[in-house]
Amino acid sequence: MAPWLLPLFWQRFLTEILIWGLLAMSSDLLIGYTGMVSFGHSAFFGLGMYGAAAALLALRPPSLAAALALGLLAAGVVAAFVAYFATRLRDIYFSITTLVFSQIFYVVIFTWTEVTGGENGLSFRQPPLSLPGLPPSPLTPATLHWLVLAIVGLAYLALRRVTQSPFGMVLQAIRENEPRTRAIGYAVERYKIVAVLLSGLFAGLAGVLYAVQNKFAAPDFVFFVVSGEVVIFNVMGGMGTLVGPVAGAALFFLLREGLSRYFTQYYLIPVGLIFVAMVICVPQGLLGFARRALNR
Amino acid sequence: MLELEGVNAYYGKSHVLHGVSLAVRSGEVVGLLGRNGVGKSTTLKTIMGLVPPATGRIVFEGRDVTGLAPHRVARLGIAWVPEERRVFRLLTVLDNLRTGLDRRGVTVERRQALLDKIYRHFPRLKERLHQAGGTLSGGEQQMLAIARAMMLEPRIVLLDEPTEGLMPRLVDEIREIVEVLRRTGVAILLVEQNVPLTLAVADRVYIMEKGAVRHEARASELARDHTAIHRYLGV
Amino acid sequence: MPPLEQFVIQLVNGLVSGMILALVASGLTLIFGIMDVVNFAHGELFMLGAYVGTTMLVVTGSFWAALVGASTTIGLLGAVIQVVALRPLLGRDPLTTILATFGISLVLQNYALWQYGPVARKIPEPISGHFRLFQLEYPWYRIVIAILSATLIGALWLFLQRGKYGIWIRATTQDRVMAQAMGIPVPWVHTGVFGIGAALAAASGVLFGPLVGVNHAMGLDLILKAFIVVVVGGMGNLGGSILASIFVSCLEAFASLWVSPAQAVIVSFVALILTLLFRPTGLFVPTPK
Repeated sequence: MAPWLLPLFWQRFLTEILIWGLLAMSSDLLIGYTGMVSFGHSAFFGLGMYGAAAALLALRPPSLAAALALGLLAAGVVAAFVAYFATRLRDIYFSITTLVFSQIFYVVIFTWTEVTGGENGLSFRQPPLSLPGLPPSPLTPATLHWLVLAIVGLAYLALRRVTQSPFGMVLQAIRENEPRTRAIGYAVERYKIVAVLLSGLFAGLAGVLYAVQNKFAAPDFVFFVVSGEVVIFNVMGGMGTLVGPVAGAALFFLLREGLSRYFTQYYLIPVGLIFVAMVICVPQGLLGFARRALNR
Repeated sequence: MLELEGVNAYYGKSHVLHGVSLAVRSGEVVGLLGRNGVGKSTTLKTIMGLVPPATGRIVFEGRDVTGLAPHRVARLGIAWVPEERRVFRLLTVLDNLRTGLDRRGVTVERRQALLDKIYRHFPRLKERLHQAGGTLSGGEQQMLAIARAMMLEPRIVLLDEPTEGLMPRLVDEIREIVEVLRRTGVAILLVEQNVPLTLAVADRVYIMEKGAVRHEARASELARDHTAIHRYLGV
Repeated sequence: MPPLEQFVIQLVNGLVSGMILALVASGLTLIFGIMDVVNFAHGELFMLGAYVGTTMLVVTGSFWAALVGASTTIGLLGAVIQVVALRPLLGRDPLTTILATFGISLVLQNYALWQYGPVARKIPEPISGHFRLFQLEYPWYRIVIAILSATLIGALWLFLQRGKYGIWIRATTQDRVMAQAMGIPVPWVHTGVFGIGAALAAASGVLFGPLVGVNHAMGLDLILKAFIVVVVGGMGNLGGSILASIFVSCLEAFASLWVSPAQAVIVSFVALILTLLFRPTGLFVPTPK
């Protein structure tokens, strides 16, 4: 639908929102549903990006499937690593540890110039879209948009299944009252580890999509501030709703577009102020606010 | 001098005080008795502003103090000695006292006079003046908590179960201290599980049940009313 | 194996950067200890302190006036931030304060970029001159910073141990509720501590200014290290965070004998992970009873 109605700029814009929305959804699984504030999503995202980059640079011809596979694998490994260490810690210590981990990866990526391109990152060509049964065709902005929409849509459905399943219920119980959940007999650590793994995989998927869309991978995306921005999407949109964070991402990007006209590159000043004001006055986010307004 | 009128309070969704009404007159010692969990400590906390009342009024010396911030309540002349004593464990005995002593408008001489008074009534505290609060025994911590409250020069002291967990000898000491307080003209609202002690020191007594005041009597009368004692306190 | 002299030089370097880090970490750990707030914006207060220092230096021509002026200004800014943004969040989920301070850090970073531009500024050393440390010409200024930082921390410690307000702060940190019941105006104590923390961070920024260029990203690097030493030292534990600052900084300095400084930071990460695995309450905290 979108590619037919909107000019090129908005197509790319929407595609970006979808990708960041996916990242925000993956983060919501941890923050909104399990109550674990992770500042490490930039690591999962970044490794998905670099994994895809590696596949697209190493293999001739470049293969979308390989990019997906390698990106998800990289993100998954990192998620497993973080999960092992971090899930034993509560609250703030967990958050700081995830922050530190994402910085560890940032430092490694930034300094290991031979492999990761260091500061400049890696650039590569887009792979062709190869669906089974059809001949491979190059990706246009329009087909890319469709691809991203499809993948993000599927991811949303999958995450929705997860959050509404018994597993998802246990995660929410952990968020509400962890000691109680443990007392009832649930192996809380195991649930947390799986939550981090799932969250990391979907974040990695977003990273792969980003790499494919933009044809480059850069260490900036692994820096912990990116994780912070993802948390902003979650909060602005409404935590624990899956859809909310996507709305939050959209809101953020719209604000950025709109405010850049007046504030140029300093748009983060008013956006940041709006964010802080929302945390204080509208903590349930856009979605929560809309829900309340509609209920009146 | 202190009046509670129809105070309702909640802990989250739990309705803990159901329209509590009581009064303490100037210089009186008033006991607040009742079984465990009946809302006695919560009543004191509500007066202090630590648990804001949902409805009802609290009036102190003619002034509406309902829901006032706790530090303001303290400065108006209401001192609280909580159930767990809550001495500042890492502060010395002297610093504990100073939390109440260092107030605006109190001259250096008056401060020293107050301290001297404390040294007289609580000689053991003087011995341990520079020891950390957490190293004191249970009884000494209770003394410190009371002494600390006295530093505020309050007109009413809210005493929450001061004899809990103390040996009989120390219980007698607490009783003496309550007498001393009364003699200095300070009113006391005493929450206690120790019924005989309360009946011995108090002028009037309220009995609470399930978050409300159910019975009021002069201590001397209640002491003879075995039916009431048995009914409300199960003793 | 590098020669012994290099170890000694790195030890001195480590002590110097450790003292600056300690100054920043002190404020951070005080703030956390008293109001359970993880102040993400602390690095930006450090950075703004350095920038305000540059302005004041231009205006007054005196480094020391700039130091005092910047600390006071940022201290007041900190107090305002606490009253406006953090007081309304009292009693809510601690997550909200992390988010709020993160948002504030973004605002302050970009504000600095906007006001002062992307080009790094320099604060000239107030005391020039070097002395011979083995074959190296070691700047006196570095030693001065270390001593000044130590002095400021010492002054902080004295303030907390003596004095009416020091008692208020320590009492509020230990038992907020009882402190209120003793007539201590706890909301204002919180504001005061936040302001003090901000002022210390700002002072640190000005002192650090001559060592590196003053730029809008200088807070990011530091805040991470500050968090790490606060956790390693035991959150809320002033003495612990100071020891941890020196310890970690020296380790990093030694590590940079073998790897590049950019990679040497991994040392602090490792220290954090080990602490969290084996002694999560803090390395320099006596084992809890």
